[in-house]
Amino acid sequence: MSGTPQRSEPGASTANPPPPGLDGALEALWGTPRGWGRLSAVNHTIVGRRFIVTAFVFFAIGGLLAMLIRAQLATPANAFLGAAVYNQIFTMHGTVMMFLFAIPMFEGLAVYLLPKMLGARDLAFPRLSAYGYWCYLFGGALVVGSLVLGVAPDSGWFMYTPLSSRPYSPGIHADVWLIGITFVEVSAVAAAVEIVVSVLKVRAAGMALNRMPIFAWYLLVTAGMMLVGFPPLILGSILLELERAFGWPFFDPLRGGDPLLWQHLFWLFGHPEVYIIFLPAAGVVSTVLPVFARRPLVGYSWIVVSIIAMAFLSFGLWVHHMFAVGIPHLALGFFSAASMMVAIPTAVQIFAWIGTLLRGRPVFQLPMLFICGFFFIFVAGGLTGVMLAVVPFDWQVHDTHFVVAHLHYVLIGGFLFPMMAGAYYWLPHFTGRMPVHHLGTASFWLVFVGFNLTFLPMHLTGLLGMPRRVYTYAPGLGWDALNLLSSVASFVMAIGFALFVVDIALQRRFGRPAPADPWGAGTLEWAMPLPPPSYNFASQPAVDGPLEPTRLATAIMTGEQHLGVTRNGWRETLGVDAATGRPDQVLLLPGPTFLPLWMALATGTFFVSALFKLYLLSLAGAAAVLVLAILWLWSMGERRDPPLVPIGLGQSALAGPADRRSPLHAALACTLVADASFFASLAFGYAFLWVIAPNWPPPALPAPSPALAAMAAAGLVATTLGAWRAGRARSPVAPLALSALGAAVAMGALAATIDRLPSVSAHAYGAASAALGAYALFHCGLALVAALYTIARVRAGFVSPVRHLALCNTRLLAGYAAVTGLIVVALLHAVPAMVAP
Amino acid sequence: MLWWWMLGGATVILAAVMGLLFYALRTDTPRRAPSTLMLLGGAGMALPLLVLTLLLVFSLRTGEALLPRANGETPFRVEAHARQWWWEFIYPDVEGRPLHTAGELHIPAGRAVEVRVVAHDVIHSFWVPRLGGKMDAIPGHPNRIRLQADAPGTYRGQCAEFCGVQHTFMGFLVIAHAEDRFGERMQALARPPAADHPGAADFAASCGACHSADARRPHGAGPNLAGVASRRWLGGGALADDAPDRFIRWIARHPELKPGSREPDHALLPADAAGRIARFLEDLR
Repeated sequence: MSGTPQRSEPGASTANPPPPGLDGALEALWGTPRGWGRLSAVNHTIVGRRFIVTAFVFFAIGGLLAMLIRAQLATPANAFLGAAVYNQIFTMHGTVMMFLFAIPMFEGLAVYLLPKMLGARDLAFPRLSAYGYWCYLFGGALVVGSLVLGVAPDSGWFMYTPLSSRPYSPGIHADVWLIGITFVEVSAVAAAVEIVVSVLKVRAAGMALNRMPIFAWYLLVTAGMMLVGFPPLILGSILLELERAFGWPFFDPLRGGDPLLWQHLFWLFGHPEVYIIFLPAAGVVSTVLPVFARRPLVGYSWIVVSIIAMAFLSFGLWVHHMFAVGIPHLALGFFSAASMMVAIPTAVQIFAWIGTLLRGRPVFQLPMLFICGFFFIFVAGGLTGVMLAVVPFDWQVHDTHFVVAHLHYVLIGGFLFPMMAGAYYWLPHFTGRMPVHHLGTASFWLVFVGFNLTFLPMHLTGLLGMPRRVYTYAPGLGWDALNLLSSVASFVMAIGFALFVVDIALQRRFGRPAPADPWGAGTLEWAMPLPPPSYNFASQPAVDGPLEPTRLATAIMTGEQHLGVTRNGWRETLGVDAATGRPDQVLLLPGPTFLPLWMALATGTFFVSALFKLYLLSLAGAAAVLVLAILWLWSMGERRDPPLVPIGLGQSALAGPADRRSPLHAALACTLVADASFFASLAFGYAFLWVIAPNWPPPALPAPSPALAAMAAAGLVATTLGAWRAGRARSPVAPLALSALGAAVAMGALAATIDRLPSVSAHAYGAASAALGAYALFHCGLALVAALYTIARVRAGFVSPVRHLALCNTRLLAGYAAVTGLIVVALLHAVPAMVAP
Repeated sequence: MLWWWMLGGATVILAAVMGLLFYALRTDTPRRAPSTLMLLGGAGMALPLLVLTLLLVFSLRTGEALLPRANGETPFRVEAHARQWWWEFIYPDVEGRPLHTAGELHIPAGRAVEVRVVAHDVIHSFWVPRLGGKMDAIPGHPNRIRLQADAPGTYRGQCAEFCGVQHTFMGFLVIAHAEDRFGERMQALARPPAADHPGAADFAASCGACHSADARRPHGAGPNLAGVASRRWLGGGALADDAPDRFIRWIARHPELKPGSREPDHALLPADAAGRIARFLEDLR
C-alpha cells in the first residue's frame, strides 16, 4: 500500500477515548441480540450486509448459468444442454442478474452506506428494510429453487406474451417468474420508499441538499425512478398472471387483448431499469474517483442536473426496444432522438470525472484500476448504444449477438466494474481490514481481458447474423471461431471473479487492520471506528463545511456533537428539514423485532399459495398481512404530546412529533407516487386496448347506469370530505365515521358495477374494466380501514391537536382513493355510454 | 456505409476519451485543466449534441428507404405467416390464384418486394440479414416490410424474436431469381402432385391430415410440401443438407433433429410405407 495518502496518522481518531459508558450505553440500545435473535435484526448495517452478501450469492448463481450458456455455444451443433434446458438457463441468467443481483446489490449498498454518509444512525424505517430483505430472500429463493426442480421460467427474461401465456407456456414455469419476481419487487419498492424518505429527512444537522454527498443524490434520483418505474412491471405481471390463472384476456388478440400491451408495460419498466442499475454505480465512481484524485468532484451541480435529466429521459425511450414491432414513422424519429440525447448527461458525467482527475493530484490505487476499466468498457458500450439508436442499424442487428455484446458492455462496464471498485474501496469499512494489493490486480486483469475477449467478438458474430437466444447453430457460417473464443474467454473472466472472492476471504482473515479513514476520504462513513458500531456515530456531526472525516471524527466520538446521550431507552437520530438540513425533530427508531420476518412470511404465503393455486390460503396470507400491518402501525406513536428535548450544541427539538413533519407522512406520499404510476399504467392499458388492440369495440357493453355512477361518486366524495373535515372538527370521530361510510357506499356501488360487466374472460373489455374496478374497490377498502383505524387511534388517545399525523395520512389516502376512484367511475360508466350506439 | 462511419466515429471517440483519461492520470508532467464550462458544457454537451444531431439526420434519411411507400413502382407482394416453428409463404398475385408454400421464399431479383408479416400463435420476427431490416410478426398486428435483392442468389433468413423451444430452427431461405426464371419457378410450384404416384396414397393416409402437397390447395396444421424436393433445408434448418436420403432420415429421426416440434413421431409408420412417402416427396419438384 505504498503511496497511501494519509492526511493524519492512522488511529489518530482513537487518541481521545469516548466518555466512559457512552459507547457501551449506545451499543446496549442499538445492538442486535445473538443467536436466533439475529433474525430480528433491523439495524441498517446488518440488513445492508445481508443484502450485499445475498446479492453476491445470486451473482455467483447467475454467473454459473452464464458459463453453461457459453459451454453450450462453444461449438456448433453442440448437444450439451438441449433446447428446453437451454431456454430455462438463458431466461434465468437474465432474470437472476437483473432482479436478484443488480438491483438488490445497490439496495444493499444504499442501506449500508446511506445513513453513514448522511451522518445518521439508521434509516427512517429500519423495520421496512428488514421486511424488504426477507421478501427479497424468499422471492429470490423461490425463483432460483424452480431451477433445481426443472420448472424454471423459460420464455426469456422479458416474458413476451403470447409465448408466456397459458397455451404456449403450460406448467408453472411462467407463473414462477410472474409471482416470484413480483414478490422481489415488493422489496424494491420498499427500498425505494426507504431511500427517498431517508435521504430527504434523516441526515446530519446542517447538511443541506446541496451539501449532501453526491452519492446520496444518485440514490435519491434512482429511488425516485424506482417508484415510477417498477409499478408498470408489477401491473403487467399481475395482469398476465390473471390471464394465465383465470383466463382474463389482456394479451390475447383473439379476445380483444394485445401482446403489444405487455411489451409497453415491460419496457416502461425495463428501460428505466437500465439507468436504475447504472446510476448508483455512477454514484460510486463519483464518490471514489475524487478521493483518489485528491480533489473534490468537479461540477457537483452539473452532475446533479444531469442525473435528474437522465431520469426524465430514461422514461421517454422505452420504445427503442420495440423498433421492429411496426411503430409509426414519426414516433420512431422521436424515440430515436430521445435515445441519442440520453448520451449527453452521460457525457457530462464522464467529463466531470476526467476534469476532477485533471485538476487533482491523482494517486493510482486498486479501486482506480477498476474505474479505468469502467471507463473503457462503459464508453465503448455507450457508443454501440448510440449506434443502436440509429433505427435502420437497429433493424439490422436487433436481437442479434451484437445487442448481447452491447448490453454486457453497458451493464458489466457500467455496473460491475464500479461495484468492484466500490468493493475494494469500502472493504476496509465492512471488514476493518485493508485489501491485499496483488490478488486484486490479478483479478482485475483476468476479468478485464476475459470480458473483452468474450464480448468484443460477439459484436462481430451479431453483425454476421447470429441471432440471440439460439441454443445451437450450424457450422460454416463464420461464427465458429468467434464463439469458441467467447466461450474460452468467459471462463477466464469467471476465474477472475473467483480470485476476487478468494481475495476478499484472505483479506478478512489476514489483511492488516484498517487505520481510521484509510483513503483520506471526503464522506462521513469514514468518521467512525472500523468496522462500524451499531449506532454509527456516538454523536451526530453538525455539518458546517466540507466533510472531512478526520477533522470531525474526534468530536463525534467524544459525544460533543448532536445526540451524544442516551435517555428513556430511545434509539434517537436527527430528523431534518428536507431542503436546509436544519434539525426539526428527534426521530425515535424501533429496535430489533420479528415483525418484519412474520410480515414477509405472511406475504410469502400470499404469493406461494397463489403460485400453487391455493387461493383460499392465499387470501388468508393477505389477511395476515393486513393484520400485521395494522399491528405494525399501531406500535408507533405515543399517547402524550412530544417533549422538547436538548439535542446537544445548545439546541433542542421535539422528540417524535406526530404531524406532517414525520417521515411516515413522506413515506405515504412516496408510496402513493408508486401507486399513481401503477394506476396510470392501468389506465394507459385500458386506453391502449380500446385504441390499438384488434377486435374492438367489444361485442357487449353494459347498459348505462347513472344511479350506480352517482352512488359511487357520492360515496367517494363523502370519503374524502369526511377525512378532510376530521382535521378541522373539534372531534374527528364523526367526520371519520362519515368517511368510512362513504367508502363503504362507494365499495358497494363499485362491486355492483363490476358485477354488471360482461364476462371477464370473453373479451378484454370485461377484463380491463374489472381490473380498473378492482383497483378502485381495493383503494376504497384501504380508505375504509384507514378511517376505522384512525377512529380507534383517536379513542386510544394517540391523537391530539399536535399529534394529528393519523389524520393527515388518512386525509391523503382518502383523497387519493377518491381521485382515482372518480376516474375509474368515469371510465367504467361514461366511456361505454359514449361509445354505445 | 452508415456502419463504417459509425464504427470510425466510435473508435475515434473511444480513443480520445481514453487518451484524455490517461493524460489526466499522469502526475509526472504539469497538466492543463480547462474550465468547468469548457469541459462540461463544451466536451460534455455541445460536442455530443453536434455529433448526435448529424447522426440522427443520416439515420432518418436511411430509414426512409426501408419503409413501404408509394414511389411509382408496384412492389411484388408476398405474405410471410409465422407459426411455431416454421414460415409459410403465400404468393397472392401469381397466375391469378394464391400459392402456398413453406420454408423457402422465392422472389424476383432487382424488384422491390413487399412482405406482409403475420403471426398465428406467438410473436416471431421476419429477418433476412443480407437483404436488410427485420419486422416483428405479432398476433393481431400484421406488419409490412420492403426488401429487394439486387442480384439472383440465396439469402439466409431466420426468426429473430425468441418464440419458444425451437426458435433456433425457425430459419428459411430467400431465393432471388432472374425475372424469367422466377416465372418458371412459380409455374413449377403451381403444378399439382401426380395422383398416380406409388406413394400418393400413403402420403394422403399418413401425412395428409397435416400436410398438403399442392400449393393451390392448402390444408392442415403443417407446412405445405409443394415443391419440397427442391428445398435446400428441411425443418427450418434442422436438416440442412440435401443428401438423397434426407426425407427418410427426417421421417425416422425428426424428434431428435428438431426436439419439441409439433410434428408427431412416426415410429409406428411401417418401413415400406415410409420409403414410398420419401420417394413421393423426392418427386415434388
